Amino acid sequence: MFYREAGQFKTSYGADQQILPIRQDRIGMVVLLAVAFLGVPMFASEYWFSAILIPFLIFALAALGLNILTGYAGQLSLGSAAFMAVGAYAAYNFQLRIEGIPILVSFLLGGVVAAGVGILFGLPSLRIKGFYLAVATLAAQFFIVWCLTKFPWLSNNSSSGVISAQKIIIFGHEFNSPQDKYLLVLGIVVVLALAAKNLVRGNVGRSWMAVRDMDVAAEVIGFRIMRTKLTAFAVSSFYCGVAGALYAFCYLGSVEPDGFSLELSFKILFMIIIGGVGSILGSFVGAAFILLLPVLLDVLLPALSETLSLPVDGASISHIQTMIFGALIMFFLIVEPHGLARLWQIAKEKLRLWPFPH
Amino acid sequence: MQFFFEILIGGLLSGVMYSLVALGFVLIYKASGVFNFAQGAMVYFAALSVVGCMEKGAPLWLALILAFFIMLLFGMATEKFVLRKMVNQTPISLFMATIGLTFFVEGFAPLVWGHSVRGLDIGIVDEPIESVLDSLGIVVSRFDLVAALIAGLLVTGLALFFQYTRVGRALRAVADDHQAALSIGIPLERIWAIVWGVAGFVALVAGMLWGARNGVQFALTFTALKALPVLILGGFTSVPGAIVGGLIIGASEKLAEVYIPPVMQAMFGGNFGGIEGWFPYVLALLFLLVRPEGLFGEKHIDRV
Amino acid sequence: MARQIGEVIVDLQNISLRFGGVKALTDISFNIREHEIRSIIGPNGAGKSSMLNVINGVYHPQEGKIIYRGEERRKMEPYEAAGQGFARTFQNIALFKGMSVLDNLMTGRNLKMKATLVEQAFFWGRARNEELEHRKKVEEVIDFLEIQHIRKTPVGRLPYGLQKRVELGRALAAEPNLLLLDEPMAGMNVEEKQDMCRFILDVNDQFGTTIVLIEHDMGVVMDISDRVVVLDYGKKIGDGVPDEVKNNPEVIAAYLGTQH
Repeated sequence: MFYREAGQFKTSYGADQQILPIRQDRIGMVVLLAVAFLGVPMFASEYWFSAILIPFLIFALAALGLNILTGYAGQLSLGSAAFMAVGAYAAYNFQLRIEGIPILVSFLLGGVVAAGVGILFGLPSLRIKGFYLAVATLAAQFFIVWCLTKFPWLSNNSSSGVISAQKIIIFGHEFNSPQDKYLLVLGIVVVLALAAKNLVRGNVGRSWMAVRDMDVAAEVIGFRIMRTKLTAFAVSSFYCGVAGALYAFCYLGSVEPDGFSLELSFKILFMIIIGGVGSILGSFVGAAFILLLPVLLDVLLPALSETLSLPVDGASISHIQTMIFGALIMFFLIVEPHGLARLWQIAKEKLRLWPFPH
Repeated sequence: MQFFFEILIGGLLSGVMYSLVALGFVLIYKASGVFNFAQGAMVYFAALSVVGCMEKGAPLWLALILAFFIMLLFGMATEKFVLRKMVNQTPISLFMATIGLTFFVEGFAPLVWGHSVRGLDIGIVDEPIESVLDSLGIVVSRFDLVAALIAGLLVTGLALFFQYTRVGRALRAVADDHQAALSIGIPLERIWAIVWGVAGFVALVAGMLWGARNGVQFALTFTALKALPVLILGGFTSVPGAIVGGLIIGASEKLAEVYIPPVMQAMFGGNFGGIEGWFPYVLALLFLLVRPEGLFGEKHIDRV
Repeated sequence: MARQIGEVIVDLQNISLRFGGVKALTDISFNIREHEIRSIIGPNGAGKSSMLNVINGVYHPQEGKIIYRGEERRKMEPYEAAGQGFARTFQNIALFKGMSVLDNLMTGRNLKMKATLVEQAFFWGRARNEELEHRKKVEEVIDFLEIQHIRKTPVGRLPYGLQKRVELGRALAAEPNLLLLDEPMAGMNVEEKQDMCRFILDVNDQFGTTIVLIEHDMGVVMDISDRVVVLDYGKKIGDGVPDEVKNNPEVIAAYLGTQH
């Protein structure tokens, strides 16, 4: 009843092209940001910051990166975790080897290095499509992780490539507590998410979607397929790279190459499938879903097995979790290929008419 | 030189295993256009089913038959509950669904049969063949040779099946054009069920051989991932391609593992083992740049 | 009437195109004059679409020359042809299905947008100005084609006739000087055809756009074309003004069969 756009007339194309054209949505977004920046730090516990909120934001960023490549540009990648690894190790090395480099610049450069590597592994996409490319991205996944393990220079000669992230100091303030780190990550993620939204609604976003939907027509209308695909790879890897740097610096503190496994790449892929392929919002929703589901199952399954008096051990629980993940992926692809984001959209459209649907 | 040949032969024989898994991919891809990422998980599932049945007291032959029926059932269920419901979706969506299927199987199989690493004895000893060792001085494993023979038989059988039986002909028709096949009265759904059944059977053979060699364990699914570069090399639609691709991948990764690390060590210092883990993928990637349609794949001209 | 047929702008000389062993086009020569409506007709499989694909660089002929405004054109990719002011529609609609009508039309403006990636990411400077300025141009096309009511609709949801119109809109948004239309009226009912004819004539008349048209409806072709070229089995069998072509015995034979 309150969610109406009636009476909100657009008098310029600028007003019509806003990210959130409906006033209620804009208010909602402001409230959400206020809660995230002000409300949450007041109430959340340390556990929530370091076990749920920070990884949520970081994975959402990585999922956003993959979504740009897969959802918008239509190029499937199974190597997102490897690009995260590049970002993490690059940021670490910039901090290590360049005296006095600001940490934010390191994160940014980490993303840039990841973008470069992304372009390199995106080159085959010029000649191949679909799952051929997916297989090619496996090369990135395995090769990069191997390199990080085997070239000791990259991890400053630590054993088996483990790196410990340096301290985060910005303008003399050390970001040490989970709350500080949360705010830092939140700030970066909000800026990058906004940038992503701007990209996908602008000319470059249209070029991605054009190549995704009909590449011959895209080229005939003037887009250069090569440049378009490589831009998608670069931007996508940049996002994954920054996410990787944050993963090392703000979430885990120390990481090893094997942590950026194929498993992690799949996890990010699942986030966008469930959240919504080709949706910025979907990246966030999907990340939340994939992160919270195991937490939920950890609580639910033992309780369930107790009431049914079935003995279930820890291993079985993890097997059941894997099964449920797989089943959910299939379920979503069959029932709602555009994921939770589409459900949200449908709900909003219903709400606009509610309670008088005619 | 002897050493080189030993590596080469060992590599070729292990490549046969990759071919076997790749074959399962090719079968399903040809008939339904689905790139079944879960083929590796199916290998694991099949091997686990065999050991599982044997643990319950069944003799090997019975366990194999039971496992075959389990795989058949699984294939048909997949076709019925997943793929049939996704008929009009893009190949990429289907591909992602099979990744979901992979996870499902990877959870389901150990849940049913247990997840501990187990050996599987199929009655062939893994020892060097003496006559070859004596005459040429090269170690060739009897087990690998038998495995290669079984794989060869399987491939020949499948080729004959496709070429000369009614079902095989229907299958090729379906692969060419679903709609047209349907319109001349080929029961599409039954054909797909058969294909999944055959793919399950191929997975069973691969799982049995691999399980007997390296133990039945989760790592089987990773090894099966190596079949993907095989497909790129051989082309997604070619049975001979799967075989040749498998041999190339098997041989080249073993050779790379032996000959590249010393070179890199000389250049950079340190230990560079584990090249096997990525070499097939990078090889496939480089190959793609030269010949995107694979060795035996067909080249498509886009019509606009 | 402002329209006046001008100089030859595209001159195709002895074009031959093969796919492997299959000859799609054999030794075809014809030219296109500025501001004219030039139709290509012929039975199915005559090589009409291939001809368009040669003109805008999707296919590269093995033999022959393409002279564009007096200069021999080197091997050109489609995006370069777009840069020269060539735009086209496709026989089977080739819209970007996941995007709205507005976004589809905006893609037509892409060559005129110069904002960098970073400017676009922050919707700042040139990015913002361009987006608004080109939106204005696109709205003009929307008004011209009378598709205001569907501008925010994803094109995948539109009926066939409207999709064809949107595709024309995407080509028009590029402000082309040569417009290649591949069966723009196929599968349309009479009313839709009339609408489409009107749009084509208006484009030609108001903007002076040169149009190359492939069409099967002879009534339409003979009605609106200035000159017609006839292909059959990849060979040119007729060329000239509609009346000339209509009475060409070879053309009649290709369409109706010959007496033996």
